[in-house]
Amino acid sequence: MTDLFAARAQMALSLAFHIIFAIVGVAMPLLMVVAERLHQKSGEPEYLELARRWSKGTAIMFAVGAVSGTVLSFELGLLWPTFMAYAGPIIGMPFSLEGFAFFLEAIFLGIYLYGWRRVSPRAHFAAGVMVLLSGTLSALFVVCANGWMNTPAGFEFVDGELRVDAWAAMWNPAALVEALHMIAAAFAAVGFAVAGIHAAMLLRGARRGFHRRALGIALAVGGLSSFLTPFTGHLAAERVAELQPVKLAAMEALWEDEAAAPLLIGGIPDEEAEVTRWAIKIPGGLAFLAHGDFGATVEGLKDVPRADRPPVTVTHFAFQIMVGCGVVMMGLGAFAGLSVLRRRPIADQPALLRALVLASPLGVVAIEAGWTVTEVGRQPWVIQGIMRTADAVTPMPHLAVPFVTFTGLYVVLGVAVVVLLRRQVFAAEVPTLAGEEEVDHGA
Amino acid sequence: MAPELIITGVIGAALILYTLTAGADFGGGVWDLLARGPRAADQRRVIAEAIAPIWEANHVWLILVVVLLFVCFPAAFAAISTALHIPLTLMLVGVVLRGSAFTFRAYDPKPGAGARRWSQVFAVASLITPITLGVTLGAVSGGFERDPVSGLVQTDFISSWLAPYPLAVGLFTLVLFAFLAAVYLVEETDDEALRAIFRRRGLASGIAVGVAALIAFIAAEGAPEIREGLAEAPWAPLLHGLTGVAAVTALVAIWRRRDRLARLAAMAQATLIVAGWGLAQYPYLAVPGYRIDEVAAPEGVLWPVIGALAAGAVLLVPTLWYLFAVFKRSRAGRVSQPH
Repeated sequence: MTDLFAARAQMALSLAFHIIFAIVGVAMPLLMVVAERLHQKSGEPEYLELARRWSKGTAIMFAVGAVSGTVLSFELGLLWPTFMAYAGPIIGMPFSLEGFAFFLEAIFLGIYLYGWRRVSPRAHFAAGVMVLLSGTLSALFVVCANGWMNTPAGFEFVDGELRVDAWAAMWNPAALVEALHMIAAAFAAVGFAVAGIHAAMLLRGARRGFHRRALGIALAVGGLSSFLTPFTGHLAAERVAELQPVKLAAMEALWEDEAAAPLLIGGIPDEEAEVTRWAIKIPGGLAFLAHGDFGATVEGLKDVPRADRPPVTVTHFAFQIMVGCGVVMMGLGAFAGLSVLRRRPIADQPALLRALVLASPLGVVAIEAGWTVTEVGRQPWVIQGIMRTADAVTPMPHLAVPFVTFTGLYVVLGVAVVVLLRRQVFAAEVPTLAGEEEVDHGA
Repeated sequence: MAPELIITGVIGAALILYTLTAGADFGGGVWDLLARGPRAADQRRVIAEAIAPIWEANHVWLILVVVLLFVCFPAAFAAISTALHIPLTLMLVGVVLRGSAFTFRAYDPKPGAGARRWSQVFAVASLITPITLGVTLGAVSGGFERDPVSGLVQTDFISSWLAPYPLAVGLFTLVLFAFLAAVYLVEETDDEALRAIFRRRGLASGIAVGVAALIAFIAAEGAPEIREGLAEAPWAPLLHGLTGVAAVTALVAIWRRRDRLARLAAMAQATLIVAGWGLAQYPYLAVPGYRIDEVAAPEGVLWPVIGALAAGAVLLVPTLWYLFAVFKRSRAGRVSQPH
């Protein structure tokens, strides 16, 4: 294992691990405040219990997200010091703002999780709304920083001296579209994941009223958000087409410059022979999606020197997986929505419940695949067109050691989280009288 | 005022606040590890309840330090994270295990062997992070030569931190954090027997802080710039005098059960220690190749960051005050905590 490969593997692992917990911190507050608000409106104690149960699972996930996020902020320097020495000052604004947003999120989450009996119901609900806002802003800012790596802007060197327009760097062309897509995906993924858990409990014949309410909220959030992802994704893809044409060609595994370029569904790219076999082609589809014109020409990979191409197979497969998961989620969301309109309770449809259980990891899979497209598709660059990943890596030798260390650590933590969440879910089978719950989980 | 000095001041302030808040959270882990006797479980419960609502927010001060370093002093950040890769990685392992284990223990609805194991992980991880943080702070006081051609730090990845002075600072940091935690914990319970236990721990660790400081000062032989700053700078006698007064006040106040005074004096002592370290380090971020004015990002970067810090502070100060008001309002005045 080369040191560069180990560094990339450790970074990929750390991001892939962190994102699962980060999206929970973004999206669960919405589910919790909806449940809490429904309780305040209706007086129904099960909604309050639901908010409390969810807040426990969120507390576990948020803690792991906070510490794994800390690891990432250090790893930027531990693994990529040359990149950070160059980019740090330019993307300082979104990182500084993200720091504050995360600070507010941690503060209000502390009040939300431990303040059930210490602050008024109104202040408690307001704390939940603040967690939701600061968590979403936190995601926006950190994705702005990633956007700059894809579409660097807002800086120039005048006689060797760096001039930075911090605002222009933060709102680089990719920033907003990437962030919108990520935030929509976070709500969709978490909504479906939670819906799947409660669907499974309904299939087991568990407390029906409780899980039916939970499923309703989670599926409403997940289903509606899943319909936002193709629109935000389309906006993001237009920017890729415009500013990262090589990444777009890799996503589509398109080799030749083609007028009326087809959209490829499936297919296996052969990077040696420079062809993609067995794909379903929709004529003009890619041309329309990328440039809004069925006749437009899309650049293929053949004209790009091999050293400047991203790994095509990985990028193409990841893109297909992301889109595929999104389509299934939308289909399920639409079906569930129609059921509700036809007044057929979802909880009475075992087939739909089983489908929801099967679909519960799809949102997370889609997010992991989507980040693979973003990051692998940008290779060999760490800053598109400016700095190569190979030039950014630390001179530190034996990087396989920290990679193996963090892999082991994250495997253990992952297993522990799954075990604990299972226990929390099954603990919910013993109803507690809302408002009379045990002391706020001190020890 | 030069913008890089304002930022350096903010970094120093964030380090002090990290010490006073998150430092004590790690110190709580030390006392969890050392809890003995028939009241051990009660001690652990008080520690856990004191930490639970605030540790994640307290932890963010460290992230602020990292972000300000890489935004405003990118070359120094790159140098420090290259040369100190090993202690920083160990620190991260400690951060991850401490936070996760603490949460896993608190949220396990089936307390048993699993929770006990996480309890041990929490306590041991609470030792790793203060020590490696101290080692890092000790290590930047010397040996950071800059390659004149590449601009990168010249390092063998080991010798700058595996040396007596950084290790002594690591030990000192651990003891200081434990001392702060013990003094704070007295006011976290109304149980007089527990308060007496934490007072004893405060006294013992307060004396240990003095001993560890002496060891670090002797070990500073290997870090002449720091030693010179600490011993000979014009401000040194005043600072040492004030630190000494705070330290003695804290110990006497613990002894005489003036718990609120003890807490304030201990906080003053820790503040003066970190501030003194920062002043001795001035004008370097990492000695001798990384001077504050030489490695700062251009002013066009620094002023917008200062603006963002000011705007952020407007939001942050009242919300932090609210957090501590909700969970840390003086317990001394209350007869009992309704559970």
